[in-house]
Amino acid sequence: MTAQLKQFLRLLVGSVRDLAPIILVVVFFQLVVLQQPLPNLETLLAGLAFVILGLTLFMRGLEMALFPLGESMAEAFAQKGSLIALLAFAFCLGFGTTAAEPALIAVAEEASEVAAKAGVIGAALEAQEEFAFGFRVTVALSVGAAIALGVLRILKGWPIQYLIIGGYMLVVAMTVVAPEWVIGVAYDSGGVTTSTITVPLVTALGVGLASVIRGRNPITDGFGLIALASLTPMIFVMVYGVLLERTP
Amino acid sequence: MIVEWAWEILEILWGNLIDVTPIAVVLIGFQIFVLRKKPPRPARLAVGFLYVVLGLAFFLFGLEKALFPLGETMARQLTDPAFLELGGARGPALADGPADGSAQGPAQGPAQGPAQGPDWRFYLWVYIFAAAIGFSTTAAEPALIAVALKAEDISGGGLSALGLRLAVAVGVAIGVALGAFRIITGLPLYAFIVVGYIIVIIQTVKATRGESKWIIPLAYDSGGVTTSTVTVPVVAALGLGLAEAIPGRSPLLDGFGLIAFASLFPMMTVMAYAELTDFIRRRMQARQARLIAVTQEEEEEA
Repeated sequence: MTAQLKQFLRLLVGSVRDLAPIILVVVFFQLVVLQQPLPNLETLLAGLAFVILGLTLFMRGLEMALFPLGESMAEAFAQKGSLIALLAFAFCLGFGTTAAEPALIAVAEEASEVAAKAGVIGAALEAQEEFAFGFRVTVALSVGAAIALGVLRILKGWPIQYLIIGGYMLVVAMTVVAPEWVIGVAYDSGGVTTSTITVPLVTALGVGLASVIRGRNPITDGFGLIALASLTPMIFVMVYGVLLERTP
Repeated sequence: MIVEWAWEILEILWGNLIDVTPIAVVLIGFQIFVLRKKPPRPARLAVGFLYVVLGLAFFLFGLEKALFPLGETMARQLTDPAFLELGGARGPALADGPADGSAQGPAQGPAQGPAQGPDWRFYLWVYIFAAAIGFSTTAAEPALIAVALKAEDISGGGLSALGLRLAVAVGVAIGVALGAFRIITGLPLYAFIVVGYIIVIIQTVKATRGESKWIIPLAYDSGGVTTSTVTVPVVAALGLGLAEAIPGRSPLLDGFGLIAFASLFPMMTVMAYAELTDFIRRRMQARQARLIAVTQEEEEEA
């Protein structure tokens, strides 16, 4: 029990240290620059206590569940030796975590409004909902494809920079081709796909795979999944926009 | 109030559980039907997952109660015309007396500045706030902490988690400040992004030739990680506030782009960080080699 308590205290101190800069910035700007008192100090302090407690619990859960699980699954898939099963898992993980992402739902709504304004879809609510659904499926597909491609890259040992730079060129090319209204939304959708639970899980999976496969180095081959997952949505969403323009 | 808060936390918790469900379905489904074996220590995993979901709920609740409202109010106040006019009035006033060393000094230069709306140099506090808020929200980003821990773990101590996080935070700070500058001046977003990509490509090519090749995937990942729970709401509020407050900018067209900047610049700073640490290590090694050579010579002479 004391060991656990010590562990908890260690994480708690870490959380306070992690949050110190943001507290300093807020207090400095409020008191020195804007020269205003801090509003509802009690709520503020209580909220801060929740932030610190929450971060501490999250870090503990990270050590107990997300990291070990990602690693053990990577090992189990490597032992099984079925490429198709591994790629299917990678795809499902990417697709599943993205489809239900609340930030994506918000962007999808924003996108359907933009599309309705641009006259690509009807202004009816039904048309907008249909568009928003299609948009979410598109982004989820793109993240699934990105994780699967990233896992394949780890297995084959391809250098990540070719994939990323190639991807950027595709983004630039699609920006030229795509209709104006979709560009901003497409760029935004790249940023919303990597949630706080997905990132540690996917990172542990990638690093785990790179550590168990012979000839791969975890530090040079294990990372890169997140980068791909924030790149492909931009391309896929712009393609979705082009397809919508083409279909009457 | 406590009952209200408890309800709010439960609501967030419920939302988190719904988010986690597809992840859990995929994980458990593949464990049972494809891998067909239990993961090690399933009870510990379950407790850990509970901690993650509960911890995130507390974290988000606390942010919504304490930091987000304050951050958003501050972003609005700093971009408030009243506050900015104060900056604008300070500029010309400096022309009479000697400059007091504040960076508002150069603002008096072009006389047409105030006539066309405030000069971009009047917004000094906005840039400082943008950089400070970008830096500090990134330092508290849980996903980044996770990636940095993992990286330190596998590098065998060769890479420090704190160093990596600082490099990313500096990148976001530069990105958000430059993004604020772009919104204020109204320069085109794509020009910055294209130039940014070109710099990233040059750095990548340089890194592949040198010793810091290992940093490339990590640098790319840190771009995607930064735009997460803590950073996005505050930074987005700053962008929208700026676009609304500045004459001639529309929130719809100019408000976004801060997030794009916040994920572009960490790639550069992380690669620069690796180049710097490699450079320092090489110099230390060279110095050590010289020292050894000198002592050997002395020994031989003796």
